[in-house]
Amino acid sequence: MQMLADVTTPEIEDVEAIISAKDVSVFYGDKQALNNVNLDIPANQITSLIGPSGCGKSTFLRCLNRMNDTVFGCRVEGNITLDGQDIYAPEVDEVLLRARVGMVFQKPNPFPKSIYDNVAYGPRIHGLTRDKDELDEVVLTSLEKAGLLKEVKDRLNATGTGLSGGQQQRLCIARALAVQPDIILMDEPCSALDPIATARIEELIEELRENYTIIIVTHSMQQAARISQKTAFFHMGEIVEVGDTEQLFTNPRDDRTQGYITGRFG
Amino acid sequence: MSFLPLVLVLLAMCTFGYWYGSRRAMAQTDSSVRRVAVRPHQFGLYVAIWGLVPPVFLIVLWGLFQEFGSSLGPALFDQIRTIVFPVVTLLVAAGGLYVSIQKINPALKVRKTIETAVYGVLILASTLSVLTTVGIVFSLLFETIQFFDKVPLSEFFLGLEWSPQTALRADQVGSSGAFGAIPLFAGTMLITLIAMMVAVPLGLFSAVYMTEYATDRFRAIVKPILEILAGIPTVVYGFFAALTVGVFFRDVGSAIGLDVVSESALAAGVVMGMMIIPFISSLSDDIIMAVPQSLRDGSYGLGATRSETVMKVILPAALPGIVGAVLLAVSRAIGETMIVVMAAGFAANLTANPLEAVTTVTVQIVGLLVGDQEFDSAKTLAAFALALVLFVITLSLNVIALIVVRKYREKYD
Ligand SMILES: Nc1ncnc2c1ncn2[C@@H]1O[C@H](COP(=O)(O)OP(=O)(O)OP(=O)(O)O)[C@@H](O)[C@H]1O
Ligand SMILES: [Mg+2]
Repeated sequence: MQMLADVTTPEIEDVEAIISAKDVSVFYGDKQALNNVNLDIPANQITSLIGPSGCGKSTFLRCLNRMNDTVFGCRVEGNITLDGQDIYAPEVDEVLLRARVGMVFQKPNPFPKSIYDNVAYGPRIHGLTRDKDELDEVVLTSLEKAGLLKEVKDRLNATGTGLSGGQQQRLCIARALAVQPDIILMDEPCSALDPIATARIEELIEELRENYTIIIVTHSMQQAARISQKTAFFHMGEIVEVGDTEQLFTNPRDDRTQGYITGRFG
Repeated sequence: MSFLPLVLVLLAMCTFGYWYGSRRAMAQTDSSVRRVAVRPHQFGLYVAIWGLVPPVFLIVLWGLFQEFGSSLGPALFDQIRTIVFPVVTLLVAAGGLYVSIQKINPALKVRKTIETAVYGVLILASTLSVLTTVGIVFSLLFETIQFFDKVPLSEFFLGLEWSPQTALRADQVGSSGAFGAIPLFAGTMLITLIAMMVAVPLGLFSAVYMTEYATDRFRAIVKPILEILAGIPTVVYGFFAALTVGVFFRDVGSAIGLDVVSESALAAGVVMGMMIIPFISSLSDDIIMAVPQSLRDGSYGLGATRSETVMKVILPAALPGIVGAVLLAVSRAIGETMIVVMAAGFAANLTANPLEAVTTVTVQIVGLLVGDQEFDSAKTLAAFALALVLFVITLSLNVIALIVVRKYREKYD
């Protein structure tokens, strides 16, 4: 506990929620994975979701960009709003939603294409640029924002799968940024990386916070404490406790939270 | 004693050896002590192996010896065959059983013997299949060389006229026949091309549908049905092509004022394509399924639609494998015989018009070898030359396809 208490967490700002989930329940077939989850995500902050394996963190994250729609037999109940608009309303185009709410996955998953084509993938399918120059511009700035440009600018045509794990993950972040999202969902983005690559990604996430709202699932309590302003603790499909990161880690209200962050169960 | 009873007696002896060895081992194990030890049935196997392997070895040697044995004189040879050989074999078997049963004790390393025997059987099986292939190639090669003694290489590979039938009628002018194989290979290529134009899009699209769009239940029902298509004997496709599709094309042709012969390349090619659809779709299905889910998630996560994901991520990632599958399918189409025999006919026209009749290499091989043959006539030998060239073509296609497919496998590891 001592170790977690003395890390400095950025100031919490009082901001309005950009995403707001009310009474969200998710079923895979007959199996209920989430039960009446309520959570507000503040804009331009980093919110971390923690909790033991199988408690529904990924499931919740995938509700926010309707990736669950691609899972056969998955049903979402409740209400999730983005900027006040219900994202599950029938008139919402989930494809546009996913462009606004980008996602970075646990395992780096660059396409087996060149670095350039990986980043240009989103802008191309959405027709975000008018000509090659503009596309070049978007690709370069995205790589720059993801902190990868310096390492790859001489080999933009090399294949993306040939990069190191940490570089691949930053490529995936660049790929998400190129679609110009407002919100980025990250599902354990560092779990396949070594400590140095992890530190780079954490640095990057903190920089991105200025312009994006970030929601990150992590199994590392230190990581949650280091980078996030708000933390939600999931347990068996429910949110047990949610609050300012510093408060939650130093002074949890619920016994189960206390137990989890001190490593008594997991 | 003739061969079959001998083998049966041998097997009976080994079964007995197995049973007796197991029992003996069982009697020796101390059942009060529970620890990992050689199991009784493994001792049984050990005994059976010793009873079987040496006599089998003898039998193989005998097979080789028979070739020369007849030079000993028929009476002596007959005695060896009916008395000496069976007795020796059974004695060897009995000796093997006896010695191995005597050796049974808990410390004996029987697992190693069993593993060696299994290894031997596996090696033998694969060697035999390789040797068969090599044997076929050599027999083709031998006859082909004879053929090229009679017909110059240049005529076969460059000649534009194929009429081997004239070679039979010695009274006819130019009775040596014409052995220009180009019309045959051109016809084969034309029909293969048509078949691929049918099979590749249909097979690929149905694989995409099965993997990316269909629900699990639909897939569970329809996939086996598609695979049944692959089990239809080609002769059935053949008369379907000849009697239904060919006639249909001719009728449609005459309705719109086109002259389509009923044995057109089109009919044979289209039906052959149908035959190959399940082949391409089930190979592509496996290949598309092997594209990691994470790539699909990545694409959907960026706001791509399903069809964009298929076109821009999944198919490009699967492309090398699909190319491999198509090459394998091409080599099947080239070698396919029954459909073209029934639907394409024997007229060796050199044409690129799919509405005319063409013939293929395989059809001509059938034509050359059906009926009474003199085995050293140019006509018969031509079949071997055609077969060898066909073999070389399909072999190279398969090798290329395998290399392509293997390269692609490595990519996700
Ligand atoms: N596609 C699916 N089909 C059926 N059940 C699923 C599916 N995906 C997840 N589940 C179930 O939903 C529950 C929540 O899973 P989820 O992946 O959200 O957990 P998680 O908190 O992300 O766990 P982890 O930390 O291990 O990633 C689990 O019990 C899981 O078995
Ligand atoms: Mg998860």
